[in-house]
Amino acid sequence: MPINYYIILAVALFSIGVAGVLTRRNAIIIFMCVELMLNAVNLLLVAFSKMHYETVAQFNPASPIGVDAQLFVFFIMVVAAAEVSVGLAIIVMMYRNVHSVDINFLNRLKH
Amino acid sequence: MKSFIDIVYLVPLFPFIGFLINGLGRKQLSKSLSGIIGSGVILASFILSLLIFNETRAEGFTAVTVNLFEFINVADLNIPFALQVDQLSALFLLIITGVGFLIHLYSTSYMHDEEAHHYARYFSYLNLFVFSMLILVLGANYLIMFIGWEGVGLCSYLLIGYWFKNTEFNNAARKAFVMNRIGDLGFLIGLFFIIQQFGSLTYTEVFSQASGASVGILTVITLLLFVGATGKSAQIPLYTWLPDAMAGPTPVSALIHAATMVTAGIYMIARSNILYTLAPISQTVVAVIGLATAILAATVAIKQNDIKKVLAYSTVSQLGYMFLGLGVGAYTGAVFHVMTHAFFKALLFLGAGSVIHAMHHEQDIRKMGGLAKKLPITHWTFLAGCIAIAGIPPFSGFFSKDEILVHAFGASPVYYIIGLAGALMTAFYMFRLYAMTFRGTFRGTKEQEHHLHESPWQMTLPLVLLAVLATVAGFLGIPEIFAADSHLLEHYLAPVFAESTKLSEAHLPDHSTEYLLLVVSIVLIVGSIFYAWNRFSKKPETSDAEGFGKVLANKWYVDEFYDNIITKPLNGLGVVFNRFVEKSGIDGAVNGVGKSVQWGGRQLRLLQSGQVGSYVLWMVLGILIFFVIALFI
Repeated sequence: MPINYYIILAVALFSIGVAGVLTRRNAIIIFMCVELMLNAVNLLLVAFSKMHYETVAQFNPASPIGVDAQLFVFFIMVVAAAEVSVGLAIIVMMYRNVHSVDINFLNRLKH
Repeated sequence: MKSFIDIVYLVPLFPFIGFLINGLGRKQLSKSLSGIIGSGVILASFILSLLIFNETRAEGFTAVTVNLFEFINVADLNIPFALQVDQLSALFLLIITGVGFLIHLYSTSYMHDEEAHHYARYFSYLNLFVFSMLILVLGANYLIMFIGWEGVGLCSYLLIGYWFKNTEFNNAARKAFVMNRIGDLGFLIGLFFIIQQFGSLTYTEVFSQASGASVGILTVITLLLFVGATGKSAQIPLYTWLPDAMAGPTPVSALIHAATMVTAGIYMIARSNILYTLAPISQTVVAVIGLATAILAATVAIKQNDIKKVLAYSTVSQLGYMFLGLGVGAYTGAVFHVMTHAFFKALLFLGAGSVIHAMHHEQDIRKMGGLAKKLPITHWTFLAGCIAIAGIPPFSGFFSKDEILVHAFGASPVYYIIGLAGALMTAFYMFRLYAMTFRGTFRGTKEQEHHLHESPWQMTLPLVLLAVLATVAGFLGIPEIFAADSHLLEHYLAPVFAESTKLSEAHLPDHSTEYLLLVVSIVLIVGSIFYAWNRFSKKPETSDAEGFGKVLANKWYVDEFYDNIITKPLNGLGVVFNRFVEKSGIDGAVNGVGKSVQWGGRQLRLLQSGQVGSYVLWMVLGILIFFVIALFI
């Protein structure tokens, strides 16, 4: 498939993620949107890797061109997992204190 | 060391060390130690000055320049810190250190009531003054003279305002300093012209090139230097500070405002005599202003009732005579009068101090009278001073004043007639002062009469020594008509004035005219003395003056005139500048910067809302901007 489709899909997913982070009040939904952004980037990286491979696939099927993008995807997944665990732990603590996951209650930063 | 002239730098150095010791150690030193140090250093300078003077008397002695260190050396202008020893400076050295020592000795007793640290402060200021005056007369170029010139002005301020807790005294000190400074502006501009014309400030270099300069530029230079002299030596129009300066202690009045500082102007003109001889217009200006000042001050002195104010106006008047002498080319006569005036005026002031001391700080002569028997030494020495200033032979004032008047007659008989009128007024007011103070009956309170006593030896010994000098010093300048070739002072000072004497065509009156002038002046002056003595012993003027006398008693309202024409407008200008330029303008701008910073901070603070959502929004916007910049730059 032409690379444009993947790019447009990834950009759309990323923008939805950004819009969600900026607009939503529920902290868990914000987390989901952050995951959405990360996954959009993963999608784009894999698509570009395949695109580069396709250019040399006929001449050298065993060429490792574009493999680094796939490796990068794994790193992003690891980072996403770590970040989610830490973030959810913080949200649990927040809930235990304030009994709500509404971020507008978090204006303690002003004091 | 070949000669004492090589160590001439010690002469001003001793008083400077005395200033440092008394000034820095004033809280630790006892009164007697301060007095000994303060007077001792002047005595040391006097002894060294005597030795130096002796060397300058040698036949064919020429000026010696002692270079101390390099001072200003920039582009074409080289001004070393150098001292010049010649007959003129050696003579002034003797006067300054000699009379200065006697006044220091007198002060040790007169200032005895002060606390120790104020006493030491007094002596440190006096020593600083002597140091500055010595630098003034010893300088080998106009800049060193100017350093001393400013220094004596400063010390005059410090000493007039010595009793600083009194606001009026502080005002008098400030007035003296400000009027001095006005003159100094003229002096400085004159120096700039000298540098521009001659490329140097050193006396020898300027004077050797003087005849090559145009009369116009020389007139400008000499007039500007004379403006400085009017400020320092209290001539019209800058003389009003001197009577107010009597607010200072009496020995200060004796030293600074009679014997030394006020003679700085005369020294300066005597030193620059060749410049003045080459600019006849300036000479006329000097003579006319000197004569006018002499008469004006004499008229005011006639109606003054404070013993020190009479002497102050007398000083202004006598300085006018010295400038008259300089203006008609009688350079030796003017310097001679400086010397005799130093003796008898210091004597008169110290005598007045003795009277004030005995009268417990009473200075109004309307409350004195009949003091002759109670204060014998003070009385006889004061009388000697009065006779000397009136100009009766064989006392010194006669010789010096008549030399000036004879030269004045040679320039124009009008000068002589007006000068003689001034001399008659001098005799009149001095003997009015003498008669109201020492003769007649005592007009003070019983308290004061009870306390009248003669002063201690530290005060009477200088009086006696100065009286002897005032009596015999005249014999240093016996004029031609009495004995040929006996004018010792003229022989001594001849090398200093040689160029001027060659250039000027001195039309002196012949011997018979001179005899006539002398006899006329003596007869009239004796008449004036007898009239004043008789009138004021019997009927002292105790009531307030009226009519024309009131104008004289109020000093011709000159101070009020200056106040309204100069001081008030300047103060008004200052108020305008303060209100509009300073407060609204400059303060507004500076405060405005501060206010705008505060406003900016308040606006920025609103960013910190504490809402996590808005923080994330700003973060995203920031990242976007970075991307845009990175892509398009």
